[in-house]
Amino acid sequence: MYNASDLKKGLKIQIDGEPYVVIAFSFAKPGKGQALYRCKLRNMINGSQFDRTFRSADTFQPANLREKKMQYLYPEEGKYCFMDVESYEQVFLTAEQVEDARNFLIDNLEVEILFFEDRPLGITLPNFVELTVVKADPWVKGDTVSGKSKPVTLETGYLIQAPPFIGEGEKIRVDTRTGEYMTRVKD
Amino acid sequence: MSENSENRKEVLTRRKDALQMRASVIRAIRDFFTNHDYLEVETPHRIPVPAPEAHIDATASGNWFLHTSPELCMKRMLAAGYHRIFQICRCFRHEERGCLHLPEFTLLEWYRKDIDYREMMEECEDMIISVARYLGRGEVITYQGRQIDLQRSWERISVREVFERYSSMSPEEALKDDLFDEIMVRDIEPHLGWGKPTFLYDYPVSLGAMAKTKKDDPTVAERFEIYIGSLELANAFSELTDVNEQRQRFAREQQCRRSLGKTVYPAPEKFLDALDYMPESAGAALGVDRLVMIFANTPAIDDVVAFTPEEL
Repeated sequence: MYNASDLKKGLKIQIDGEPYVVIAFSFAKPGKGQALYRCKLRNMINGSQFDRTFRSADTFQPANLREKKMQYLYPEEGKYCFMDVESYEQVFLTAEQVEDARNFLIDNLEVEILFFEDRPLGITLPNFVELTVVKADPWVKGDTVSGKSKPVTLETGYLIQAPPFIGEGEKIRVDTRTGEYMTRVKD
Repeated sequence: MSENSENRKEVLTRRKDALQMRASVIRAIRDFFTNHDYLEVETPHRIPVPAPEAHIDATASGNWFLHTSPELCMKRMLAAGYHRIFQICRCFRHEERGCLHLPEFTLLEWYRKDIDYREMMEECEDMIISVARYLGRGEVITYQGRQIDLQRSWERISVREVFERYSSMSPEEALKDDLFDEIMVRDIEPHLGWGKPTFLYDYPVSLGAMAKTKKDDPTVAERFEIYIGSLELANAFSELTDVNEQRQRFAREQQCRRSLGKTVYPAPEKFLDALDYMPESAGAALGVDRLVMIFANTPAIDDVVAFTPEEL
């Protein structure tokens, strides 16, 4: 159970049976008046946002959230299928729920899926994934004039800036938090 | 040195200008009151009971409490014949923390015999203008990109008028629906104290537990707040000297605390005894940290103290 004084940006609470995350917070207390905890909340299921002011006597249930290790299987009609490797249970996330993570989703990748009760809400990728380059301009040896990096296309279709020596068919490590090239991976 | 200790050092270094400004503001306040024949006093921080106000929570210290303001002790001095007194001290309010609040903050509080809240407004103007002068600032200061002219006379507007201007409700309706504070914070305060500082005055009588009722309008108390750049800076009132009325007011505040499930502070009997001798007077309490915020042109109280509780 949380009290109003626990409210801060990032706190996840349950209101009317749905999970919300506090995305902006301010404390106010007009002279001799009561403490007001002013929040902007985002519904973690449908993304809708609204402002709400709480009082010091208000209490909240933490949102019943948990993360589960799952394996990415395949895309299907704009959705993405994940499987629990122990129970073989499968769940789908929508494109909106997957967001930019789709740029790094390759078959059998192990990810964390966030659930509210039994409902999948979102995905957390490993910090680094290794992806194959499917399209890259050839490297002209000795060309040091045309810059330090060039765009290459990864197997997921994601376009990334990589050093000029990276060629088609090679594997590179990408930081999923920044979306940037880290290093070449030698098999 | 670790990265964290580097960061901590940087934060303190960055605050140096504001902390120098803070020291100057406090010197200027002392000068002003000393030059106006006030006696500087010190009263205990640790007291057996705080004033029973509905929404001000004290921090316990053993079986006693840290004071939330020096009001009770200073008024006992006032009643005993100390007719012009001021104090600059640390005060403690439980769980008040935000960009304008610290649970330990610095309050300037002063009392003067034979004046009412109207005259107190003039003294507030004089005091803040004299602080600005001491700091070498002109009559017009800039706060958060907007100009504020400190020259007398400041804007004076009643609580009823601001509700008419900025809200669809009257103060009575707002109180009835428990929306008074919310409307104040959301719809009214952001407009106050720009261009010129604002005195917001004549609060509903239920919002001034120790303020005198206005003679020609018993629904309001002779209480005002100062706003500069939408910051609430000071609270002041004509002092309530009727002991029976004060007892009833405290009983109402205690009832309110009880219904909110808060600790109910007993009535401060020695203070009530002293009210019999209390002269007609007015008192004011001003947040020194916030005054420094204005002159240091910062929106965050953290910027004007050496340490926040989180940094200890």
